Amino acid sequence: MVALSLPSVLTGCERWPDALDPKAPEAHDIAWLIWTFTGLLGAIWLAVVIAMLIAIRGGRRVAPPAAGATPLDALALHPAGERSRTVIVGVLGGLTALTVLVLTGLSYATQRSLFAPRQEGLSILVTGKQWWWELQYEDADPSRIVETANEIHVPVNVPVTLKLEASDVIHSLWVPRLMGKEDLIPGRQNVKRVFVTQPGVYRGQCAEFCGQQHAHMGLLIVAEPMADFERWRDRQRAEAASPSSDEQQAGHDAFLKRSCVMCHQIRGTDAGGRSGPDLTHVGSRMTLAAGTLPLTRGSLAAWIVDPHGVKPGVDMPLTKLEPDELNAIAAYLESLK
Amino acid sequence: MCSGSLKALMAACAMGALLGACQREERDQRPSPVASETREQVALTTNSAGPSPPEIRVSGKGAKYEASAYDQSQGKKYYAWFNCNGCHSNGGGGSGPPLMDDRWIYGGSIENIVQTIREGRPNGMPSFRGKIPDEQIWQIAAYVRSMSGNTSSDSAPQRNDSMHPHPSESRTPPSPPVNGGTVAPSPSR
Repeated sequence: MVALSLPSVLTGCERWPDALDPKAPEAHDIAWLIWTFTGLLGAIWLAVVIAMLIAIRGGRRVAPPAAGATPLDALALHPAGERSRTVIVGVLGGLTALTVLVLTGLSYATQRSLFAPRQEGLSILVTGKQWWWELQYEDADPSRIVETANEIHVPVNVPVTLKLEASDVIHSLWVPRLMGKEDLIPGRQNVKRVFVTQPGVYRGQCAEFCGQQHAHMGLLIVAEPMADFERWRDRQRAEAASPSSDEQQAGHDAFLKRSCVMCHQIRGTDAGGRSGPDLTHVGSRMTLAAGTLPLTRGSLAAWIVDPHGVKPGVDMPLTKLEPDELNAIAAYLESLK
Repeated sequence: MCSGSLKALMAACAMGALLGACQREERDQRPSPVASETREQVALTTNSAGPSPPEIRVSGKGAKYEASAYDQSQGKKYYAWFNCNGCHSNGGGGSGPPLMDDRWIYGGSIENIVQTIREGRPNGMPSFRGKIPDEQIWQIAAYVRSMSGNTSSDSAPQRNDSMHPHPSESRTPPSPPVNGGTVAPSPSR
């Protein structure tokens, strides 16, 4: 009873990375496969249980041994009974083999369509790093190349090709409502196709253990209509906004003076570090530190002052700042919409 | 019976020894954010105008970094991230002097190297004070020492994350560093 009610309880959970709530054709295929497997195997399991219950309750009537019979007579073969049993076992065996073959075929066919090499539409280079995602929107025109991190914006109803690479260890990209898992492997490029049919924000996660902060390596896929996407892309291409208040100016100066500038890039300023996430438009993102914190001024300050309190082992170091610099840097970064 | 329990005891001891070996070193991932940089009193040379050599007073902090595999591999990563290889290449030198030989213009002890990175040197070496946190300067300096075989191969970095023209520091043969001409003996050693 508990086992039977468990699936309905699980589907009742309205958490957002949900593989059973597909929003893309590929995720539909996978969800359909999950339901087919569950339904078919559940029905078989139920039939077996019922047959077993009948067998136990019904028992077998054994005739009392005839007078003068030896114990060996009980083991004597009865040709008619033997034949019917052989047929039953044979049919059940055949059905089992058929089930396995059909499910294997279904699984194989789905896999084949998932991993078919196709390259079309928008192409995004995704590089997995410990523990964040570097994104580069490719374009034949170099001035239209966009670099950002941890938040993949895609247009709806347009095929998007994700080129997956890694620069340190193996990662895996999984957005349960949109697609199956695909590994990001150092030294090679895997290609994954995403086709989102419904606008929305979808949460993804690294699905291959990649070190201490593997669990905090999330990302968002933001699907929006083409016009919105183009607007977003044009905004991301632009250089960073210049500081508009004294506090932001102080933050800008402190950013360039302190160790921030060694790793982070803010296009339009002298900050050109390439080993940390691009911060040119960090204020426009929804989350900070690869889906770990919501992006607010407070969490920016908390993250800068003690990244190891949030994500122990992360590469971002503790930076010695003057007290008034912290607030200013947080204000400046928040203003980079 | 007796030999059986003896065997079990020996197996338990061996297992204990193996488990003990798992603990290689402590990683200090969260150094104090307010720790100020150490003031090492180093000399660039043993030459002195007077009868006694220059006075050297070091904190001894360097020994911890030179013995730590974690710190050196972090240093190796930062060496590339902060573009040290832009001038010094992978130790062979370019527009900056080579780091894998035995010639040290401003002293070869880890304190000397920390000072060189932190303060900068004439003719091109910039100062990284305030740009690179103190902890990371020490890690980079320990890695620089490992390039010329000056740290134990047990702790030297194990793996090249990117393409290098040489094997990892721990796999280079235990030969003395490449001869770089006149040797200024390291003053602190």
